[in-house]
Amino acid sequence: MFLEAKNLSKHFGGLHAVKEVDFSVEKGKINAIIGPNGAGKSTFFNVITGLHRPSSGQVIFKGDDISKLPPNKIALLGIARTFQTTNLFEQATVFENVVVGHRLRTKSNLFDAIFRTKRTKQEEEKCKEKALEVLHFVGLAHAAERMVGSISQEEKKRIAFALALATDPEIVFLDEPTAGVNPDETEELAQLMQKMVQKGITVCLIEHKMQMIMKLADKIMVLNYGEKIAEGTPDEINNNEEVIKAYLGGSASA
Amino acid sequence: MPTLLSKKYALIAIILVAILIPLLSTNEYYLHILTLSFIWIIAVYGLNLLAGFTGYLSLAHAGFFGIGAYALGLLTVKGGMSFWPAFFLAPVITTVIGFFIGLVALRTKEHFFAIYTLCVGYIIYLVIDKWEGLTGGVRGLIGIPGPTNIGPIELTSANARYYFVLTVLLLVVFLIYRIVNSLVGRSFIAIRNDEQLAQSIGISTLKNKLMSFVLSTFFAGLAGALYASFIRFIGPDISNINITFDLLIFMIVGGIGTLSGPVIGTLLIVVLSQQLQFLQDHRMLIFGPLLTSIIIFSPRGLAGMYLTWYYKRKAKKKAQIQTDNASIGGDS
Repeated sequence: MFLEAKNLSKHFGGLHAVKEVDFSVEKGKINAIIGPNGAGKSTFFNVITGLHRPSSGQVIFKGDDISKLPPNKIALLGIARTFQTTNLFEQATVFENVVVGHRLRTKSNLFDAIFRTKRTKQEEEKCKEKALEVLHFVGLAHAAERMVGSISQEEKKRIAFALALATDPEIVFLDEPTAGVNPDETEELAQLMQKMVQKGITVCLIEHKMQMIMKLADKIMVLNYGEKIAEGTPDEINNNEEVIKAYLGGSASA
Repeated sequence: MPTLLSKKYALIAIILVAILIPLLSTNEYYLHILTLSFIWIIAVYGLNLLAGFTGYLSLAHAGFFGIGAYALGLLTVKGGMSFWPAFFLAPVITTVIGFFIGLVALRTKEHFFAIYTLCVGYIIYLVIDKWEGLTGGVRGLIGIPGPTNIGPIELTSANARYYFVLTVLLLVVFLIYRIVNSLVGRSFIAIRNDEQLAQSIGISTLKNKLMSFVLSTFFAGLAGALYASFIRFIGPDISNINITFDLLIFMIVGGIGTLSGPVIGTLLIVVLSQQLQFLQDHRMLIFGPLLTSIIIFSPRGLAGMYLTWYYKRKAKKKAQIQTDNASIGGDS
């Protein structure tokens, strides 16, 4: 099993944000998590990527329990993520902002920095090459030298992708990657996700845009009030009684 | 490339001016003020590394400045140590104390961190002020030795001490430049922009924040040690919270998170307060509005104002070139 959540729960005081969820991410596929607002999707992501410790249950990545590791150690293992909002350095270029993404694969320390050792020069070069490579991959090579303060929402989403990809991940968790962008741009971002999968990176995303998800995802899990109510292919989810109920509210008999 | 060259020439010119000042002016008072400003600049660089580049505003900075100064003072006056070993030990002592305080302080964030360090700074002040047996309390420490000659290099005249402090300052600027422009510096900046994001791209935020904090206390301690050896007398007031706010004003006016900001802000404010001395405390009527308008209109200070203008111009030029190329392409 590639990445697996076993009986995962997270509560904040009396609030059960995630309740005994079992979920496995399929390698090399696009996995989606959907659910109404407040269903615990983001919390589920935060628990898996180490931002929150699970209240109970485990997260297993390639056979190892990672549920107690801090986010930076989890990133080191090859699990990257994006956030709904990405705060970047507005007064620097897109390129400058992405260079740090490969920092985790380098070893230069303060000593290297002060004496500008050979190692630090090589590693800086490596980080810059990586930044160019991922900017190219996400289709932002032309904007590399532009100030982050002057670029569009959709381009910021792409930078977030680029930063995540610069960490050399095996799997990326994307938290609402297309929130706040128009339908055409959504389509382009969806293509970008497919491109990631083609490159061998597993994708797991949270989304609200149903049409897009139904087209894009190989596998969908539905959360409601912190509990898993359905899991399966888009077709299965489309015809699931419980899911329709959760989304439309009340009984679905009408 | 030409901009890089002109930057280099500007830097060399500024250093040359700094070197020539004592030769051109015989006014010892101004030289004294300038030397003192250089010492403040070193402290501001420490504050800027932490607050400007890492995003953690420490209000205990004067406390660490005081620790550096008292470390040098106590080691020489009470410990009988000669100047140079004490001068190297003082920043190290400050750094060690900074490390342990940082371990606790960095468990807090944002304004809680500022409030916590404000308290730490005040506690350091109280310890220095009240522990009469060790520090001499309000009477302070008198008779701290200045830098002694190194072989043939004479360090006792006012000019020589000016050059000594200038050398240390240049070294500090160089160090900060190297740190900020390295992968370590990039990690600091990533933490400042978004700590959660920084951690999720694999940066150990705890380690980097602590490193930045400890470095900032090192520069504060170094500045303190220089101050003690330059003024030769220290009292508890040098670790007072007022000093922290002075340093903060220097940093904000000059440009928080910029490399040249500490120099610009400190020199400007020190010169202004000298020129406006006839106004006495009414000087604040000028500084207050100045500070407020800078925070409103240019949050990154004077240096930030210049940088914004510079990048705008560069972007415009680039756009111009692109449209030119496009029109050429259209003609052919």
